[in-house]
Amino acid sequence: MKNTVFFGALAVAGLSAGAAAAGTLDDVKARGTLNCGVTTGLVGFAAPDANGVWEGFDVGICRAVAAAVLGDADAVEFIPTTGKTRFTALASGEIDMLARNTTWTFSRDVDLKFEFVGINYYDGQGFLAPKALGVTSAKDLDGATVCVQTGTTTELNLADFFRANNISYEPVPIETNAEGQQQYLAGACDTYTTDASGLAATRATFENPGDHILLPEIISKEPLGPLVRHGDNDWGDTVRWTLNALITAEELGVTSANIEELAAAPTNNPEINRLLGTAGELGAMLGLEPNWAMMAIKAGGNYGELFEKNIGENTPIGLARGLNAMWTEGGLIYSPPFR
Amino acid sequence: MSDTQAHMAAFVRTETLPQLDPPVTERGIVKWMRENLFSSIPNGILTLAAFAVIYSILSSALPWILNGVWTTSSLSECREVLEGATGACFSVLTERWNQLMFGFVYPSDQYWRPTLAFVLLFVAAAPVMFFDLPRKLLIFTALFPFIAYYLIWGGTILVPILALVGVVAGVMVYRQLVAGSFAMGFFGGVVAAVVVWAIGGLLIPDGANDTAALQAVPSRDLGGFMLNMMLGVVCVSLSIPLGIALALGRQSSMPLIKWICVIFIEFIRGVPLITLLFVASVMLAYLFPPGTTTDLFLRVVIMITMFSSAYIAEVIRGGLAALPKGQYEAADSLGLDYAQAMRLIILPQALKISIPGIVNIAVGLFKDTTLVSVISMFDVVGMIRGPLSAATEWNGIYWELYGFAALLFFVVCYGISQYSQWLERRLATDHR
Repeated sequence: MKNTVFFGALAVAGLSAGAAAAGTLDDVKARGTLNCGVTTGLVGFAAPDANGVWEGFDVGICRAVAAAVLGDADAVEFIPTTGKTRFTALASGEIDMLARNTTWTFSRDVDLKFEFVGINYYDGQGFLAPKALGVTSAKDLDGATVCVQTGTTTELNLADFFRANNISYEPVPIETNAEGQQQYLAGACDTYTTDASGLAATRATFENPGDHILLPEIISKEPLGPLVRHGDNDWGDTVRWTLNALITAEELGVTSANIEELAAAPTNNPEINRLLGTAGELGAMLGLEPNWAMMAIKAGGNYGELFEKNIGENTPIGLARGLNAMWTEGGLIYSPPFR
Repeated sequence: MSDTQAHMAAFVRTETLPQLDPPVTERGIVKWMRENLFSSIPNGILTLAAFAVIYSILSSALPWILNGVWTTSSLSECREVLEGATGACFSVLTERWNQLMFGFVYPSDQYWRPTLAFVLLFVAAAPVMFFDLPRKLLIFTALFPFIAYYLIWGGTILVPILALVGVVAGVMVYRQLVAGSFAMGFFGGVVAAVVVWAIGGLLIPDGANDTAALQAVPSRDLGGFMLNMMLGVVCVSLSIPLGIALALGRQSSMPLIKWICVIFIEFIRGVPLITLLFVASVMLAYLFPPGTTTDLFLRVVIMITMFSSAYIAEVIRGGLAALPKGQYEAADSLGLDYAQAMRLIILPQALKISIPGIVNIAVGLFKDTTLVSVISMFDVVGMIRGPLSAATEWNGIYWELYGFAALLFFVVCYGISQYSQWLERRLATDHR
């Protein structure tokens, strides 16, 4: 069937519904590319560069899954989605998985019939304030004017936080992040609140980022992670364990630099061996090659490398690991064992 | 008496006075300013106030523009170069020019194809827009959609050829049958075209796109201002004939056709365009079986065309209503049938009256094509909102990009409006 403008309509008219029963994993293998839904552009998480090549933290997850399933990190068709089109694109089968800084919530998981396969970034609502204001904690913000996006959960979280701490504030309602940025710089409000990663990215664009600080309080939970459709558990497992492989690789010290060496022959650490396929049959259980995890890790590095390269402290965005540090280092990033 | 006077006069000038310049307040720039800028005290105050506003705008905008940086590769480099001075960072335009024009996925070695199609667009549009040109050029206009399709989408050349053959077959059948009745000819033509496409579609081998001379580019890879131009040109040129048909249908005496047209127009006009676009991108995906979705570009074209044709139909209905009843009766009394009366008497006059309204819709429609950025198509605004403002190098840059987009749209829309004014003057056959 030709995928052209002229025959698309005819194609639809002529084709009945059948032939959709095969699993997503088989579909992806047969197609030879992974259709991965990403955002239309968010600094550090997903954005095409000057040559049109997608880069970013979420993009890294897509590439890892493509590498694990197809052995090629570039065999990804990136489908940009907006906040409004992302869930339909996934539900209708236009994309195989969605890696678009999507918050895991009850209703999205249960009511919209999606399967969040894990959490790749723990976000939360924070505050940005000029150093000149002289505050070091959000609890010092009594009586402050706060720029906040209307009609979002941020507005409700803000009200909860100030009431719980028995301090007062004056909201300055704004519509978009760009507007918030402008208002804050123009001095229309003492502090600006939104997701902490967004605040960091916003601050990075200021002429003098050093004049502004992110206050230490995080006042809401925004766990972001990749998701797939309900009901296709084999595919869900594939994506879940690819993410876990990246996390485990960091925990075990497997990086894109030393992976060739570690995978060449069985090492003294049995979990590394199981992960990299030099021992055990974990790949076959997923229906993948034995070296699936090795390919996934090689695609863009382990979890920590992806983080450092795209949003870490050496990038303009400059996010600290914080909650997203390994559980061994006081963070929440934790993978079930490869066994 | 004159004698006495001559005698009494002490001095009589015998030659004429040399011409003096008019008083300084009555000539040149001073006169112009007195008349136009300072004709009264309130007007003078207003003039000074206006100058103050213009000065304050220019004094902040001009240094910003003239001091602009064109050659850096990121916003932070711009700031280093400017060292705190006021200045725009136009580098984003030069560095991401191709992305603004063609989107970020169109293969970069194939940019000549849409560019060539854009140049040919003028050749194709010229004979339609300027009817002093030789009529033979219309042949190229008729071929242009197929050439442009082949250039922009690429793939096997068999597809546009098949489409062309289908259209030709439809026209030939129409010519054969139209003598009997218009409806017979119309539906016969449509059936013939569809039959040709269906049969031909089976004949095109499956791998034809892989071996084609021009690399195939899927619709998803179209973007940038190219996408705006394509949507604008396609939708305007499709919606004008459709709008005429709807306007005539609404005035028809046949109840079924009349009510179909009325319901269509009223329904579409009662729904916001953005809703239709969401239906195109989101709802239709649910209706089709997975993997067989129609091309998103085609879906969007259908929705925008439906939307603007409903508006154009109403504008043309206004033109039809403005004609005196005598024109209709005159056509009837000449013994013309419906098609002839419309083609020769009614529509030429009604369309002439409707030109400003149609152009208004066309300009609005062209600007509305930016709405597709909401359904994750990367037109020029979508590129700015998405990939460009999310690029680490260019995050935080707004004025330069949006100003550039505004400039692009202004150039095109101002051109359209100047053309329509020329057209109105050219068609002004009444005496004023």
